[in-house]
Amino acid sequence: MNEELRGAPRELGSQWYDNEAGPLVRPYAMTGGRTKPGPTGVRFDLIALVTLDAGAPGVDDDTALGPEHRALIELCRPETQSVAELAAGADLPVGVVRVLLGDLLELGCVTVSRPVPPAQLPDERILREVIEGLRAL
Amino acid sequence: MVSEHSDDPVGETAALALKILVAGGFGVGKTTLVGAVSEIRPLRTEELLSEAGQLVDDTDGVDQKVTTTVAMDFGRITIRSGLSLYLFGTPGQDRFWFLWDELSQGALGAVVLADTRRLEDCFPAVDYFEHRHIPFVVAVNCFAGSRTYGAQDVSRALDLDKGTPVVLCDARDRDSGKEVLIRLVEYAGRMHTARLLDSVG
Repeated sequence: MNEELRGAPRELGSQWYDNEAGPLVRPYAMTGGRTKPGPTGVRFDLIALVTLDAGAPGVDDDTALGPEHRALIELCRPETQSVAELAAGADLPVGVVRVLLGDLLELGCVTVSRPVPPAQLPDERILREVIEGLRAL
Repeated sequence: MVSEHSDDPVGETAALALKILVAGGFGVGKTTLVGAVSEIRPLRTEELLSEAGQLVDDTDGVDQKVTTTVAMDFGRITIRSGLSLYLFGTPGQDRFWFLWDELSQGALGAVVLADTRRLEDCFPAVDYFEHRHIPFVVAVNCFAGSRTYGAQDVSRALDLDKGTPVVLCDARDRDSGKEVLIRLVEYAGRMHTARLLDSVG
């Protein structure tokens, strides 16, 4: 048993970093220890929509952005994404995505829509459209 | 010239996302319902709880506990370009209710899934939405082998406010799930209109 283990150090190493041990890079490392978005920080709703701005760096541009920031930018490139979809797509906790999006917003890389305030739920026209859309599915 | 939509904060071109919550007891079929109607495979998002959890968790004596992860499943239905519906399965455990507070912010309404074999599991969700005046429908997931009850029976057993729709459904069936959502949006529209009339009257 012991010999086998010694004979396969790589496999042994990979056992230490299995899923149960959690991510290898801890969430606070990706956000530089921050738990809230920067000074312009509003708490992004899960369905706030994130659109890529003209100021966003391209795939090959050399920027100071970290890999997680870039991953979010790439996810937004094909189409507008909700915060929830970004979190699922990048496999990051929502809290981390909120902080990173705050950075991207400040850098002018993205636009984030504000969710509909509770008092102004969509008007009848839109609700009718939703009902008709659901029927047509 | 300014268009006729100038007084409309949600212009035709602005993308709009609407949120519907799917609540109910553990194992009642929340993710199944989301999956049945969603155009995407249900996605999972995780929220790390640390400081937020301290507000509701009794952390006395367990100071070492730093974070908890809670997962939420969600799906999407695109009505048209620029108008989509997001469905969120709410985390089942009571202690994650503060997440419901966030989820229900700006939500169009909620579906409370119920199983007649353990109806009591959905009491907390019914209470929650009633207290916050969030429009909801109760969707009874008709599991094979469970006795079938009429919508009236369920409504009485849950002591629902008059007018709250009860729909019998099969959470695995797309058309059935669509019907539940349609009933909810219709009801949310009626509630909203009634409230507007109240506020001017």
